Amino acid sequence: MTLTGFVQENKKVGWNRPPVIESDGEGELLEVAMGPHHPSTHGVFRMDVALDGERVIRLKPVFGYLHRNHEKIAEGTSFLGSMPYTDRLDYICSLTNNWAYALTVEKLTGQEVPERAEYLRVILGELTRVQNHASSIGFLIQEMGASGTPLMYAFREREKILDLFEGLTGSRMMCNYMRFGGCRVDASPAWLDATRKVVSGLPGFIDEVDRLLSSNEILMARTQGVGILRPELAVNAGVTGPMLRASGVNYDIRKVDGYGIYNRFNFRVPLGDHWDVYDRFMIRMLEMRESIRMLEQALREIPAGPVMDPKAKIRGFRPKPGEAYGRIEAPKGELGFYLISDGGPNPYRYRVRPPSLINLTILEDMCLGQNVADVVLIFGSVDIVLGEVDR
Amino acid sequence: MKTVEEIKAAIEAAVPEAAVEIVPNPSPSGQHSLRLGQRHAEAVAKFLRDDADLALDFLSNVTGVDWPDKEIAEKVKVTQTVTKTVDGVEQAVDETVEETRKRVQPGYLEAVYHLFSMEKKQGPVVIRLRTVNRTDQVELPSLTSIWRSAEFQEREIFDLYGIVFAGHPDLRRLLMWPEFEDHPMRRDYVEPDDFDYEPTAHDQVLARAAAHRAALAAGQESAGQEGKGAGQ
Repeated sequence: MTLTGFVQENKKVGWNRPPVIESDGEGELLEVAMGPHHPSTHGVFRMDVALDGERVIRLKPVFGYLHRNHEKIAEGTSFLGSMPYTDRLDYICSLTNNWAYALTVEKLTGQEVPERAEYLRVILGELTRVQNHASSIGFLIQEMGASGTPLMYAFREREKILDLFEGLTGSRMMCNYMRFGGCRVDASPAWLDATRKVVSGLPGFIDEVDRLLSSNEILMARTQGVGILRPELAVNAGVTGPMLRASGVNYDIRKVDGYGIYNRFNFRVPLGDHWDVYDRFMIRMLEMRESIRMLEQALREIPAGPVMDPKAKIRGFRPKPGEAYGRIEAPKGELGFYLISDGGPNPYRYRVRPPSLINLTILEDMCLGQNVADVVLIFGSVDIVLGEVDR
Repeated sequence: MKTVEEIKAAIEAAVPEAAVEIVPNPSPSGQHSLRLGQRHAEAVAKFLRDDADLALDFLSNVTGVDWPDKEIAEKVKVTQTVTKTVDGVEQAVDETVEETRKRVQPGYLEAVYHLFSMEKKQGPVVIRLRTVNRTDQVELPSLTSIWRSAEFQEREIFDLYGIVFAGHPDLRRLLMWPEFEDHPMRRDYVEPDDFDYEPTAHDQVLARAAAHRAALAAGQESAGQEGKGAGQ
């Protein structure tokens, strides 16, 4: 059955359900549990796959191997006490997790953030995006069989950015940097200079990866036309981030909400038009270039001043009763927090909207009818972190 | 973007029996929500998605909230007629006494949906659904057939809160293992006594383990919370 055939079939069942694919009747179905220790699953994640020869007939993701009930723990902790724990959600992008949580609490309390802190947040957020996209491209190529080299190119650059994080926050990955109403410490002029130097080297790195990979014959043969996600289904299934834009939907929360100071920045939103794995790879490459432009602008314009709202209360922090949903464009998609306060020192309800988990809703739809070797690639192109999927 | 009052009016025009209620939100975020009646929730959801002005095609976040039974103590002034002896004569005198009355506000489980529009680039619209109680009537209509993104999130709520979504295509536990019995995100959840899994088997734990084994040997099936969280 061709792919359009699947979509036709799909419409009969209910257009947003995965299609039912019949085996051709020859031979037995082979049921394989891919994971939880499969090297391509980025952690502990299992896909129960039914195969007819090499073709995928059914695919059910199984979650929970890394579940520690982050939300319950946060409900028993003070508002600020959960800030370091948000680092452990998507441990590749701890700073954007901090940002989303701080933004939601600021919505809940109506706190203001000083301008310098907003600039620092944009700088750190975009650096996080660059290193996330670089390493996710590295992982994708690694899963295609190019063992080591492209991933090490990506990690070389990522390590430079992690050094910057360490210089400012004291930690490479578990940064715990943002606070409600600003940032924890100010950036020194020396740190800003070091950041300018790293940022000026990034376009060279992207050109290098571009030359090495973008028109590579094997990469194109393996990824083009594989794992197609139609835009209607992507929107209906709540897919966000580079995945959604690779399906051709123009929706970037930095543009739509303009949270922080993003409406001061001039950047373009790259969109895919073939909706396949190659588009997702390419969108990440292009987003890195846009991030670099934003970084250059932010580093040029960053004003002097405080990094913390002087009226912000650290001790005895008790927001008034109410609730708020805040969201940002994290590198993996829409990262949201939903908080209900009952006036006490800890949240009554604390919810993380994990982009990684919700982007996996349509994993089965993308994999059905594909070869089992492509499942690894399609899964890699979603770009997930299990710390966030299982929470 | 329409205000919640306008959205309420639009829903009532489209689905007359919808029973929509505005839940105000006093925080500065100003995200007021709409509580829908269970019976017509699916029709309202379909309207919200397909309406040309709202076009809420993107269901971002679905989550559960547990509101347990709440004991409310109220001070009520009660006038009583009391027989008193005044100046040696028995008289009926009206007396106002302050009494503290306790009543229990029944608890419920709630599912909260955050909707956005990708087409119109607007949102959020927050809708809430309530179960009848927390124990035996915990069914809610599933909105997965309207928005696919609810599929895993409703499974998560079923797993952690125990709301049963009627009409969900694949309602299984998402994060906990299938044999697990309780719902960990409920406010009154008590962790099982996993004495076997204590990282350090110090004296206290060993004593508890011995008590468990003795109870089991005596044939008390209900001893501890065997099978509830232990196992695997």
